[in-house]
Amino acid sequence: MTIKEIQNEIVEEFRSFDEWMDKYAYLIELGNDLEPFDNQYRVEQNVLDGCQSKVWLHAWIKDGKVYYMGDSDAIIVKGIVALMIRALSGQSPQDIIDSDLSFIDQIGLKEHLSPTRSNGLVAMIKQMRLFAIAFKALQV
Amino acid sequence: MPLNIPNTREQFPILESVIYGKPLAYFDNAATTHKPRRVINKVDEVYKKLNSNIHRGVHYLSNQATIAYEEARNKVQLFINAAYSHEIIFTSGATGAINLLANSFGESYIKPGDEIIISAMEHHSNIVPWQMMCKRRKAILKVIPINEKGELILDEFEKLLSPKTKLVAVSYVSNALGTINPIAELTQKTHANGSLIMVDAAQAVQHIKVDVQALDLDFMVFSGHKLYGPTGTGVLYGKEQLLNEMEPWQGGGEMIKTVTFEETTYNELPFKFEAGTPNIAGCIGLGEAINFVSELGIENIQSYEDELLNYATEEFLKIPGLRIIGTADKKASVISFLVGNIHPFDMGTMLDKMGLAVRTGHHCAQPIMDFFSIPGTVRASFAVYNTKDEIDRLVQGINKVAQLFG
Repeated sequence: MTIKEIQNEIVEEFRSFDEWMDKYAYLIELGNDLEPFDNQYRVEQNVLDGCQSKVWLHAWIKDGKVYYMGDSDAIIVKGIVALMIRALSGQSPQDIIDSDLSFIDQIGLKEHLSPTRSNGLVAMIKQMRLFAIAFKALQV
Repeated sequence: MPLNIPNTREQFPILESVIYGKPLAYFDNAATTHKPRRVINKVDEVYKKLNSNIHRGVHYLSNQATIAYEEARNKVQLFINAAYSHEIIFTSGATGAINLLANSFGESYIKPGDEIIISAMEHHSNIVPWQMMCKRRKAILKVIPINEKGELILDEFEKLLSPKTKLVAVSYVSNALGTINPIAELTQKTHANGSLIMVDAAQAVQHIKVDVQALDLDFMVFSGHKLYGPTGTGVLYGKEQLLNEMEPWQGGGEMIKTVTFEETTYNELPFKFEAGTPNIAGCIGLGEAINFVSELGIENIQSYEDELLNYATEEFLKIPGLRIIGTADKKASVISFLVGNIHPFDMGTMLDKMGLAVRTGHHCAQPIMDFFSIPGTVRASFAVYNTKDEIDRLVQGINKVAQLFG
């Protein structure tokens, strides 16, 4: 699936929640279900420190596709990390660089990507793109 | 709940807010309090009827603005019982006041090898300016440790005092834990050692009567915005003699007597420390906030907030898995807590959705969080307009979040 298709799928999933509580319960579920972060990558250089919560991010490239592994100490943040990984992991560097991440607005979680929230997510998304840019440069 | 004071809620327009469809219950008062209508109106009135620069105009408005600004200074003087109004220096806030003091005091009194004592429960504002000053002056920063309840260990404090101790800079009330420190005792021990004391009363003046003469404080700072006043206002109190001896920090207009390119002579107190155009409307607004607090009576506010604190503490402790961080014997109306393994950010985010405004994180006091080995806490802090019903809503909200994460 393309990034756009995955995003549309996520938007559809979230459309079924009428109550904010259900939406957050789902985020918590996604956070809890996120593939465990490999502790060998839990190092200082992989930390994106928000004032409120921390995000860990690791990336690698295999067969021309970028893969991400992420984590957070806050479950709601971790749920959003899971969504971002689902949308971008396994895609080509160029597709990740070109991706439009407005699906986060569409599912009503935009507030968590505001720099004022200082939860590490803004830095994480920037870092995901930077990894893609770096991997693209390595490919040339 | 017996009320010693009239219900003040209708005086605060923002408390009518509806957040995500729920009435706002605001528990972030240690960060900033809301402003009563009379303060808002006063600031509005200054710009509509009084606006002019102060202390330098011969015209009518300038004179009126100057009178109002200086009246505000007199109100602060009475509020903290300073001996003279010129011992009141208006600043941008408690942080601004501490930075002013760290710079001026450091420049005037601190030699290499001198020591400054702070405590392990300080807010970053009462750590970093002293670290910066110690670095500049090659002085040494010492830290009074705290115990598991979040109280200063006084025996350790006495061991830290030495002939090299020039200043003890401690908070009256901890913003993160709510601990009320024994300021009278600390001051007495500090003075017995021949040292000076500065008290950061940013979390105290809105809860407790602070009498700088009765306590014999050398310096004291607080913020206006935590005292129902406008943001960008604060106070440095200092004893006249000390302020007279100290070099000014910032240079500019207002703080000078004569200026030539060779030399400048400084203005007298308090103007020596108030370079440039101050926050005129804000300071006049602060004077009105002090009227608000004084009319209610700070002792009445304190006893009402104590009731809220005791009620909330009892109800919080009924929540399974909840632990309170900061269990000092004497506390102001601040409760820091954690529930099970729920991250403070998650708790705060969910409570927000229910219209319950709390603080989460390290509260700009990272060393305290390190001491308790936690990433941060959720903090509920109460002001005069909070109610028992709101606390009930908060308790219900915490229980709901705990279930969701459980």
